[in-house]
Amino acid sequence: MKILREILDKLKPNFEKGGRFPWLHSTFDAFETFAFVPKTTTKSGAHFRDAIDMKRTMTFVIIALLPALLFGTYNVGYQHFHSINPSLSFFDDIWGNLLFGLSKVLPIILVSYIVGLGIEFAFAQHRGHEVNEGFLVSGILIPLIMPADVPLWQLALATAFAVIIGKEVFGGTGMNFLNPALTARAFLFFAFPSSMSGDEVWIAEKADAFSGATPLADMMAGASLPNTSFMDMIIGIMPGSIGETSTIAILIGAIILIKTGIGSWKIMLSVLLGGALMGLTFNMFGSESNHYAQLPFYYHYVMGGFMFGTVFMATDPVTAAQTERGKWIYGILIGAMAVLIRVVNPAYPEGMMLAILLLNVFAPLIDYYVVDSNIRKRMKRWKLAEKLNTKGVDNV
Amino acid sequence: MQEIINIFVKSIFIDNMIFAFFLGMCSYLAVSKTVKTSMGLGIAVIFVLLITVPVNYLIDNYLLKEGALAWLSPSLANVDLSFLSFIIFIAVIAAIVQLVEMFVEKTSPALYAQLGIFLPLIAVNCAILGSSLFMQERQYENFGQVIGFSLGSGIGWLLAIVGIAAIREKLRYSNIPTPLKGLGITFIITGLMAIAFMSFLGIKL
Repeated sequence: MKILREILDKLKPNFEKGGRFPWLHSTFDAFETFAFVPKTTTKSGAHFRDAIDMKRTMTFVIIALLPALLFGTYNVGYQHFHSINPSLSFFDDIWGNLLFGLSKVLPIILVSYIVGLGIEFAFAQHRGHEVNEGFLVSGILIPLIMPADVPLWQLALATAFAVIIGKEVFGGTGMNFLNPALTARAFLFFAFPSSMSGDEVWIAEKADAFSGATPLADMMAGASLPNTSFMDMIIGIMPGSIGETSTIAILIGAIILIKTGIGSWKIMLSVLLGGALMGLTFNMFGSESNHYAQLPFYYHYVMGGFMFGTVFMATDPVTAAQTERGKWIYGILIGAMAVLIRVVNPAYPEGMMLAILLLNVFAPLIDYYVVDSNIRKRMKRWKLAEKLNTKGVDNV
Repeated sequence: MQEIINIFVKSIFIDNMIFAFFLGMCSYLAVSKTVKTSMGLGIAVIFVLLITVPVNYLIDNYLLKEGALAWLSPSLANVDLSFLSFIIFIAVIAAIVQLVEMFVEKTSPALYAQLGIFLPLIAVNCAILGSSLFMQERQYENFGQVIGFSLGSGIGWLLAIVGIAAIREKLRYSNIPTPLKGLGITFIITGLMAIAFMSFLGIKL
């Protein structure tokens, strides 16, 4: 550590104003603050002080994502070998599964980080602000919501789109209104539908004879229950995007997020609530012939990306509703919309991504009206108090 | 009734005037700086749509359509005036907007002051003419469906403009690159919002 500090101190003058590479200042700054806690202190005014800064926040989210990532990597490998030899059980050949999974997942993570951070650095350099840590999380979220077989050039394109159009044009981390990772996925989903949907993409290098249908696809095809058992779906032994399959791994992440105060439990709870409400509504009023409408609501939680979206996407503090009451409305609407799209819309088997994007769009509006109604309520109270006051004066 | 509700919901979400057809963009882009004014404009659009589309429906059905004049005399049964529909629809919209403006000014000065310049602006809003033309093209069967369609289109438009206004209010604190400030970023936001609205695409009602 000491050696690194010395090297950085030696290099530092080169990147200051008047040094040799002043235009590379933000790049240097990014590496320096990545290695060490910055020494800068606030210069004026009173500020809230908290040990948790953006870097710490992002690190916690990455830690919370690790269980899903590890399980996802293993599952990618298992699904591949399972498709070749369907008699294989989950714990046969642990190392083989893990290695194959790594060989698939690692390139995806690398491409996402290299493209995204490259653009982030270029923008920071050009616009003269510091490199933000926001992409550390987006860069790992993007691989987790991709099918394992996604072509890397498409992934690079989507990442570039998400970072530039979804984030940087608004001024970078904290200013965007759509979740960047979901923007990347939506971009791929609409631009290259053949590599983002269908039964062929969810298992890496799938054997041709094996049906790669996800539980969602089963339901779409008209089954009354998915072919995967409920227990398997909770554990995550099913084809799907890399990180989304295991409910248990995601819940571990959720506990970390809630304990550290980074993810809002209100949003998570209300998304689940919204999904349950919509599921129950369909159970009651949906037509008997549509098996999807008759599916018990807790199945929706464990299929596809519902849990992953709930825990890691909907709670994104930048794009979610900011007001406390707004969070409930926002969450309930996400859950309801996700189930609604799944059941009613035959074009998309999965509704979570679009539901969250849609509510990202309307989150500012929800906030606006929550704040507005609060202002009105207080105005009324204030006027009442004034009236009482003048009365009181009269009485005296 | 079921059919009317379907058409209503469909024209709000699936066939949204802004995000599916990109109609009425000029006022949508120009007046979406604050939620309050865009709410006013949105209500004005609903109001005007609710009057012009049914009126145009009647005109289309009883004057312009092929064979529509048959009620006058049997000899006119094969007259087709639908080539006049553009010019007549526009004239009707302009006239009705004027009438509505005068009426609102007379009866409710408060509402008039709130709507201000937006009311006359609506005469040139393409969402209004677009709705009339969609009404003609989609051949709605009865008056109820037309009302459902015009109300739905108006509400969809309102939802779009209020949504973008809230986003733009929030973005006031963002560090947007100078060349994109103003209209540029608004176009980008609209595109991204349209991606989110694609969640409704494909729902069959």
